[in-house]
Amino acid sequence: MPLIKYVDHSGNEFEADVAVGKTVMEGALDNMIDGILAECGGCCSCATCHVYVDDAYLPITGPADGMEKEMLSAVNDPKANSRLSCQIVVTEEMDGLRVEMPESQY
Amino acid sequence: MTHCGCIIIGGSHAAAQLAVSLRQEGWQEPITVISDASSLPYQRPPLSKGFLAQKVTADKLLIRPPALYETNQIDFRLQQVVSAVDPVNKQVTLANGECLAYSKLAFCTGARVRRIEICGADAKGIHYLRDLQDVVGLQQALTGSQQIVIVGGGYIGLETAASLRQLGHSVTVIEAAPRLLQRVTAPAVSEYFQRLHEANGVTIVTQKQVAEFVTAESGVVTQVLCTDGSTYPADLVIVGIGVRPNLELAQAAGLECADGIVVDEYARTADPDIVAAGDCAQHPLPYYDQLKRLESVPNAMEQAKVAAATLCGKSKPYQALPWFWSDQYQTKLQIAGLNSGYDKTVIRGDQTTHNFSVWYFHEQRLLAVDCINQPKDFMLAKALISQNKAIDQSQLSDLDFDLKTWL
Ligand SMILES: Cc1cc2nc3c(=O)[nH]c(=O)nc-3n(C[C@H](O)[C@H](O)[C@H](O)COP(=O)(O)OP(=O)(O)OC[C@H]3O[C@@H](n4cnc5c(N)ncnc54)[C@H](O)[C@@H]3O)c2cc1C
Ligand code: FES
Repeated sequence: MPLIKYVDHSGNEFEADVAVGKTVMEGALDNMIDGILAECGGCCSCATCHVYVDDAYLPITGPADGMEKEMLSAVNDPKANSRLSCQIVVTEEMDGLRVEMPESQY
Repeated sequence: MTHCGCIIIGGSHAAAQLAVSLRQEGWQEPITVISDASSLPYQRPPLSKGFLAQKVTADKLLIRPPALYETNQIDFRLQQVVSAVDPVNKQVTLANGECLAYSKLAFCTGARVRRIEICGADAKGIHYLRDLQDVVGLQQALTGSQQIVIVGGGYIGLETAASLRQLGHSVTVIEAAPRLLQRVTAPAVSEYFQRLHEANGVTIVTQKQVAEFVTAESGVVTQVLCTDGSTYPADLVIVGIGVRPNLELAQAAGLECADGIVVDEYARTADPDIVAAGDCAQHPLPYYDQLKRLESVPNAMEQAKVAAATLCGKSKPYQALPWFWSDQYQTKLQIAGLNSGYDKTVIRGDQTTHNFSVWYFHEQRLLAVDCINQPKDFMLAKALISQNKAIDQSQLSDLDFDLKTWL
């Protein structure tokens, strides 16, 4: 199973094995990793699952588009590597993916 | 008698979050969740949306995986009903007669569908939509169904209509009020959804009161009869006319109940060992200065987190701004805030298109915004309302004006 690394705002790193086909958001919730709220359960309605994707993995995860991109334009502290983690479906190639979580999802 | 630590009554969004948050807040004693459901907590929103439309599979519905509850020693007693609570002796009694002792108790009893009380209400072919079983039953009944009537043009009715149309069924929605979503939105939004559904082939009938479900001799529904004498053929009816909070247990235990179990901003009832969260609880709303019972997942989650902190002796007041969403066809509706008491609306964008937002004000104060395929407006509206920012209404309709300027 791909290993995903979640880093909170204070720099603490949490690792989780996340099954292919799950989302990066689900990987956090399934392993009680704090910092991703996912109020809408993953339907791209809340933007409380915002993460920054490690630049090295951006070519694999791809950029945000459509609704997701618009939502991200109005989150706190958006960056070029911002994604909504419920929209990143884990693949084998994402093994080792590192995502940083923002200070707050609001 | 078994000592169960914190007992949580109910097994859905609020209960799942409360149990997990208790462990995150450092709760050391046992956690026992007593739920009448037959499965671990699952997401309800997809039931009328992606799950009914067969875009989301059942394995995607679980809120947390079984292993997480096991690892965190959260003990589920499924298909069990709490029949009485004794706050003096700190015990609950189950319907099977078993008695369990608690140190802390959480009501996450939620709500149940409001049943329609007319002739034929128990006929074969009448369905409701709240639980997973309801949808599974509905899906089985759909095979071979020709004419579906949905009673109630609220969110559940409309989402169900959209999902069923996407599966190719013929659907009529009958709404008693003069317009769809009357209780919750401004006319512009109601009109939008009426147009959207009609464009997708749904027949919408408003201002008609359903009087009877006419049945064949076999007891199967054949027609929906309205009070004005008009009839609509139906071999399957779905009733979506709202929910009622499950308060009886709390009332019998002597807890104060109004529209919901009355709690403060820390999710506490008057009993220091009892909290309530989710659809069953009525609580003071920040930003609006009202006591309110909300029916939404974000509210259930936030209140459950607050309740867990309270039970662990911390105090984290409820601070979230209410928000809601609905997905129908390709349209995403996102609502920031609560519009009750509004006296003016301003529309940003063109309401005849699929992209606009409706801004609700009371005098100068922004109360809420309904966003139709305008996720950016939604995000900014949440911030503007919760930060109580001053808004120049005349600039709103100017689409070139950047709303971020006000933040
Ligand atoms: C089809 C559908 C679509 C929805 N869509 C959305 C949406 O898009 N966005 C949104 O925010 N919200 C939506 N909602 C609302 C949302 O699902 C509810 O707000 C949420 O489920 C509330 O969670 P809860 O845990 O408070 O209560 P509930 O989900 O009502 O769960 C309470 C549970 O406790 C059980 N229970 C009660 N009493 C007892 C007892 N004595 N013993 C044992 N068990 C008991 C109940 O039977 C129930 O299973 C939707 C709801 C439905 C039905
Ligand atoms: S979980 Fe809501 S947008 Fe990702």
